[in-house]
Amino acid sequence: MNESDAIDPSRRDALVFGRDLLLGGAAARWAGPSPAQAATANDPQAPVTVKLTLRVNGTAKSLALDTRTTLLDALREHLHLTGTKKGCDHGQCGACTVIAGGRRINACLSLAVMHDGDEITTIEGLGAPGHLHPMQAAFVRHDAYQCGYCTPGQICSSVAMLEELRRGIPSHAGADVAAAPTATPDELRERMSGNICRCGAYSNIIDAIGEVAGVRT
Amino acid sequence: MKPFTYERATSTAQAAARAASVPGAKFVAGGTNLLDLMKIEIETPAHLIDVNGLDLAKIEPTPDGGLRVGALVRNTDLAADARVRRDYPVLARALLAGASPQLRNRATTAGNLLQRTRCPYFYDPDQPCNKREPGSGCAALAGYRRMHAIVGTSDACIAAHPSDMAVAMRVLDAQVETIRADGTTRSLPLADLHRLPGSTPHLETTLDAGELVTAVVLPPPPGGVHVYRKVRDRASYAFALVSVALVRQADGSGRVALGGVAPKPWRSEEAERALASDPQAVVDGLLKDARTSPDNAFKLTLARRTLDAAIADARSSR
Ligand SMILES: Cc1cc2nc3c(=O)[nH]c(=O)nc-3n(C[C@H](O)[C@H](O)[C@H](O)COP(=O)(O)OP(=O)(O)OC[C@H]3O[C@@H](n4cnc5c(N)ncnc54)[C@H](O)[C@@H]3O)c2cc1C
Ligand code: SF4
Ligand code: FES
Ligand code: FES
Repeated sequence: MNESDAIDPSRRDALVFGRDLLLGGAAARWAGPSPAQAATANDPQAPVTVKLTLRVNGTAKSLALDTRTTLLDALREHLHLTGTKKGCDHGQCGACTVIAGGRRINACLSLAVMHDGDEITTIEGLGAPGHLHPMQAAFVRHDAYQCGYCTPGQICSSVAMLEELRRGIPSHAGADVAAAPTATPDELRERMSGNICRCGAYSNIIDAIGEVAGVRT
Repeated sequence: MKPFTYERATSTAQAAARAASVPGAKFVAGGTNLLDLMKIEIETPAHLIDVNGLDLAKIEPTPDGGLRVGALVRNTDLAADARVRRDYPVLARALLAGASPQLRNRATTAGNLLQRTRCPYFYDPDQPCNKREPGSGCAALAGYRRMHAIVGTSDACIAAHPSDMAVAMRVLDAQVETIRADGTTRSLPLADLHRLPGSTPHLETTLDAGELVTAVVLPPPPGGVHVYRKVRDRASYAFALVSVALVRQADGSGRVALGGVAPKPWRSEEAERALASDPQAVVDGLLKDARTSPDNAFKLTLARRTLDAAIADARSSR
């Protein structure tokens, strides 16, 4: 096996990572590139490492990760972007919300390897002290947090949420699902229901989002 | 999480063949259910076949005026499709009543149909569960079962199917298209996809080993007024206690399916013939074999009232 065989992240086809390659099994004949480092052939329970590239906040980051690594752990533990938070690790709280390929998702319920080549935006990529994103600035102005743990997820989620509204994606709050949605307080609340705030800062959160959306909440 | 090898599927036929031949292989689509279960080692695939690269993300008209929804169409995109919103609003509404926007952005059509139960004992490896570990017993039968099913259950398992989308697809008479490991394709009614638990609750669908869902086909629009009414413990981001998918025609006749009460979307074409004359008879028919406990007997009343409320919604929206 050739360790220097780079895996082209733009190749969406015929990638196999795993023990079969070492074994020279069907998969090796069927597919091309080699795994970065495969498990020992006689231990089916050994970790499997893959190489992948994430485009995080505009910069390509090459990583060699255990296949089990979630996108959340790749960001936090491997790229040290700790703005994205781990609340529940089970899709139930929204603290891990990032924008992947233009869509907000729960980074805890996605594998990093499934995002090879994807464009990921985290809270660090939205803005930083000195050049805050308008949503970050609004959260500060409205004191839209107490402990702040849910805040990065709330902000990433709300930025993507306003884009979803702009694109006309409907929500459960709309009376007529066929009609184009409008930004109303009820719409904003329903659309932010995937982000839980343990401190209950909801009223200020909705005020901050409402200000950016141009809605009185 | 147990270690696993990983590959990207390159064609539907190849994916199905690989899934049947590689020991411990499983498909992953959005991953929002499978990964959740892998973290607590209730699912322990040795090999993941990532189907996301397959060309199954389109929504296309069928020759007879229906719609073919690719297995990889995200829940958000299906709910946002103009044809679905206009012609099958019960489906758009059911999708939007499920999970959260973040989850719907990842969750796929096939993954949603094949998501596993939310029975809390199934999620707890320290509890006996016939679905997780055949023959170990059912902790829910002696436990707290407020969320559990009341019809279609067995002495081995009383788990409910959690999908909202599937309830709407059932009321729309959807067909599921698949490809099998030998490359043959078939189409089966959604009604036949999920099994009742009987004595084998670990067998949840009628799919063969390696069989890949490629699409869900909606027959031509049924017309009428569409309602999806979901009752849950909080206003959003919670599973259904009871839900009603209703397609009601101007003369009061129509179709009804219930969610939250059974191991699969629950519909009776025979019972719903009474819809125009006696809506409560529809619920009587649907729930005639119900077996409840003090924890979940409220679902009998809730189902009646939710159907009433759905009919009132349908009346007022004309
Ligand atoms: C906190 C939370 C709340 C939720 N609330 C709701 C709710 O209110 N209502 C609701 O309906 N759902 C709810 N869900 C569930 C959610 O809808 C499902 O997790 C999602 O639809 C699964 O789709 P997926 O593509 O991510 O599936 P995956 O997790 O990728 O796969 C699920 C299963 O389907 C199999 N599979 C996937 N694609 C195929 C295919 N093409 N052919 C054959 N098999 C395949 C996989 O092998 C796996 O067994 C919730 C989930 C969470 C985490
Ligand atoms: S109801 Fe079914 S899933 Fe729940 S514990 Fe019993 S056997 Fe397991
Ligand atoms: S950490 Fe991902 S949803 Fe809670
Ligand atoms: S500010 Fe503490 S969880 Fe939201």
